[in-house]
Amino acid sequence: MARRIRVLVAKPGLDGHDRGARVIARALRDAGMEVVYTGLHQTPEQIVEAAIQEDVDVVGLSILSGAHMTLFPRVCELLKQNGAEDIMVMGGGTIPEADVKALKEGGWAAELFTPGTTIETIVDWINANVKVD
Amino acid sequence: MLEVSKLIQGDKRTTAKIISLIENEGEGKRELLSKIYPHTGNAHVIGITGSPGAGKSSLTDVLIKQARNNELKVGVIAVDPTSPISGGALLGDRIRMQEHALDKNVFIRSMGTRGCLGGLARATKDVVKVLDAYGCNIIIIETVGVGQSELDIMHYADTTLVVLTPGAGDHIQTIKAGIMEIADIFVINKSDLGNTKKIVTDIEQMLDMSPRYHGKWRPPVVETSTLTGLGIAELWSLMNQHLETSRASGELRVNLRERLKAEVMEMVEENLSKYLWDLFAQNGGIEQVLDDLADRKLDPYTEANRIFQKFFIERGNDNV
Amino acid sequence: MSEKFDEIKAAKENWQAERSKRKDRDIKFETVSGMQLNDLYTPEDVKNLDYMNDLGFPGEYPFTRGVQHNMYRGRLWTMRQFAGFATAEESNLRYKFLLEKGQTGLSVAFDMPTIMGYDSDHPRSYGEVGRVGVAIDSLADMETLFNGIPLDKVSTSMTTNAPASILWCMYIATGEKQGVSSEKLTGTIQNDILKEYIAQKSWIFPPEPSMRLITNIFEYASKKVPKWNTVSISGYHIREAGSTAVQELAFTLADGFAYVEAGMAAGLDVDDFAPRLSFFFNSHIDFFEEIAKYRAARRIWARRMKEKYGAKNPKSWLLRFHTQTAGCSLTAQQPENNIVRTAYEALAAVLGGTQSLHTNSMDEVLALPTEKAVQIALRTQQIIAYETGAANVIDPLAGSYFVEALTNKMEEEAERYFEEIDRRGGVLAAIDQNFFQQEIADAAYQYQRAIDKKQRIQVGVNEFVDPDENLEIEILTIDPEIERKQVENVRKLRRERNNLVVQDNLDALKKAAQGTENLIPHILECVRSYATEGEIVQTLREVFGEYKEKPTF
Repeated sequence: MARRIRVLVAKPGLDGHDRGARVIARALRDAGMEVVYTGLHQTPEQIVEAAIQEDVDVVGLSILSGAHMTLFPRVCELLKQNGAEDIMVMGGGTIPEADVKALKEGGWAAELFTPGTTIETIVDWINANVKVD
Repeated sequence: MLEVSKLIQGDKRTTAKIISLIENEGEGKRELLSKIYPHTGNAHVIGITGSPGAGKSSLTDVLIKQARNNELKVGVIAVDPTSPISGGALLGDRIRMQEHALDKNVFIRSMGTRGCLGGLARATKDVVKVLDAYGCNIIIIETVGVGQSELDIMHYADTTLVVLTPGAGDHIQTIKAGIMEIADIFVINKSDLGNTKKIVTDIEQMLDMSPRYHGKWRPPVVETSTLTGLGIAELWSLMNQHLETSRASGELRVNLRERLKAEVMEMVEENLSKYLWDLFAQNGGIEQVLDDLADRKLDPYTEANRIFQKFFIERGNDNV
Repeated sequence: MSEKFDEIKAAKENWQAERSKRKDRDIKFETVSGMQLNDLYTPEDVKNLDYMNDLGFPGEYPFTRGVQHNMYRGRLWTMRQFAGFATAEESNLRYKFLLEKGQTGLSVAFDMPTIMGYDSDHPRSYGEVGRVGVAIDSLADMETLFNGIPLDKVSTSMTTNAPASILWCMYIATGEKQGVSSEKLTGTIQNDILKEYIAQKSWIFPPEPSMRLITNIFEYASKKVPKWNTVSISGYHIREAGSTAVQELAFTLADGFAYVEAGMAAGLDVDDFAPRLSFFFNSHIDFFEEIAKYRAARRIWARRMKEKYGAKNPKSWLLRFHTQTAGCSLTAQQPENNIVRTAYEALAAVLGGTQSLHTNSMDEVLALPTEKAVQIALRTQQIIAYETGAANVIDPLAGSYFVEALTNKMEEEAERYFEEIDRRGGVLAAIDQNFFQQEIADAAYQYQRAIDKKQRIQVGVNEFVDPDENLEIEILTIDPEIERKQVENVRKLRRERNNLVVQDNLDALKKAAQGTENLIPHILECVRSYATEGEIVQTLREVFGEYKEKPTF
């Protein structure tokens, strides 16, 4: 059996705006990946636990609530505490340019996709950055 | 390097990595499993199958709760179909179970069927061993009962629950025969939706007609509602009763021996097959033989016997 | 005109022969929802249209042309801009300011913890208190919110769904404190739980007990709060989740019918509550499709209410609606273009006969809107109202072969969905079967795919892109002090109130919830004793359970 890239798509926060998360989940499936979707209203702790148990390569966070500056660092922090900092964190949502820069420079996100990004861009990025050994 | 000792100590990250290695048929799988095997044999393995929309994930969720109330450590293997077109999969069963995500005594793993013949069953039975060694007292395998490979998984369960809904009553005749026969317990879920009488009667009639249950464990039919909690305690005690009964009757051991026989034979066949292909390669390959077969210069039957004779019987003494 | 059909038909054939020699652009000619369009519409396309039966006159059955006799000549639509402020004090000041400026309607946006039924000090509320609206934990906060604002003088719209009954009771209790009896209160609660399961996803309890709470509200309102709009049946969120126009229309009306049926099943006379039902639609970028959608909605609703549900009061037949321009049509790239998009969407809503309108700000896709952007959004409405002449003539597009044909098509396709929903056993059953969720997910996916493949052009996104664009966005930072203070407030409240009374009231509510009686009087008792929203929700959760989403992609 071939190794498959595994991605966790998570939707933190109390809001229910999961349109983007679901479209991405489906697109990644269609690109041949195994996508674990954890549903709405997830805390960083729940997301990290799921990422570890599912042994995913990438965690994708969809954030539209404006809480990205607290959520990305928190998820990375928890991954590190669990010795899982090799799991990449990417994200999408309405994230201002300055925050994108700060999150990437701070090492809190490997890549961030803002509105208007095509699905292919995201798929290509994952394929280029996940080592399929 | 993945350490079995860390698995035994209950390290989640190691456990998850070992499961990946098994799923990917990675290097050193057998060696790893051979170290894991001595630590297995303690878990009660529950299979849950049924039609899409029957509420399997919700049922799994309440059974996790039940198990945790009994201070048991739980493992869940949630299987979803792999897309035959892309090879990818959407694994969404966790959604229903996420409230257990932070419970350190619950380990949930989602798996795609990955479409490989027999591969799913093979991977699942080994993942069961990993979770067993990890310390789970109860392991739940949840899968949609649609394909043969999903049904095959159920052979690795000690107790199999077939989940149906009241609405399915009209179609009971059309439900795959295979799925009905593997049931140790029938669960009529969503019974809060009302009219369960028809489906319960239908199942009981079907059981009456089948001679295989006479004098043995006859699958009970239990009505549940994951919404109201109805019937869950009863289901839980039936699951345990089934385990006790099949242990006492020796059936558990008979089944285990059957499984092990199949498992060992499968691995031996795997070895043989690999051995044979290596020999072919060393002896100039099989291409000429295939041409001769296609040209009707040889026939496949004689050729099969010849190959067996040549590589196993004649060479057997000095090579194997 | 009918006598000329043969002539038209012959002429059309001639034209078609000429026309087919011309090469068309290589794109799909369809609406944003993927509905196929003809290149030309003629009287043939509306030959079965019966003016009196299908259109009628404004303010008259079947209301295709509008719900008032004189429409905007009498009164323009209400320009209602929805906004949220972090704390009750801050919102209170803003409300007073708006009232001084002559505004009579208030619109309350709550923060996510309030929307989801969590108190501000709940762990799940962390980081979200006061972020997208005001935090309301108890009657004390509601009293602060309306301090010095006489509730018999204002009309208040509250965007709340799963915990609508609780926040409504807090509003009623605030009125009591001011000496305003509930009969005098006017306003709206969104209270549309069905669309939460279908699209917006801010649910708490499972569908059945949620429907019970709604019919409890209908019943209580018809007796004690007769001027209150008890539900705003919302297609807005269904569309934002990615549905097509037809899906928005059909699913929203189906929800409406489900509320009507639930009310009737609870023993209420349809005319006792139907006049208090109102609607909330999206206005997306496909101009004509949207106009047709509103016109079809009015006609379908009127026909069903009269013919199927036997409503006698003409007010029960009226589909009154609020419109918001489509947030999902806006782009993060070249955000100024969003002003233009919003203007066309707003014009469609006006030409479709909306009763009130919210126009989005150009920067909403990026962050909370700036003052300047909010002002432009409001000015857009004013330009339509006072400069374009769009408000001069009632239903000006009626009689357009295209618009009438599209209106008919909308109605037909919606009817097809109603049949499918019936076949599945009704709205609740269809929700349980994931029907709506799957339909919307499919539509959303196809829409995204079409944009990615450039089958659909979005200006500034996949065409006419400005590669050097550098987005400078003003970032609204939320003061963490707000959350800390709100947490402190609710904890202080729990220490200082009479906890024995609170517990008694919560116990009584729990007992009532286990039975079948109307829960509103019990919730009101809890609220009066300063039980918090979170405590009341938790009490009901213990009886009702919690809804869990189904995987849909």
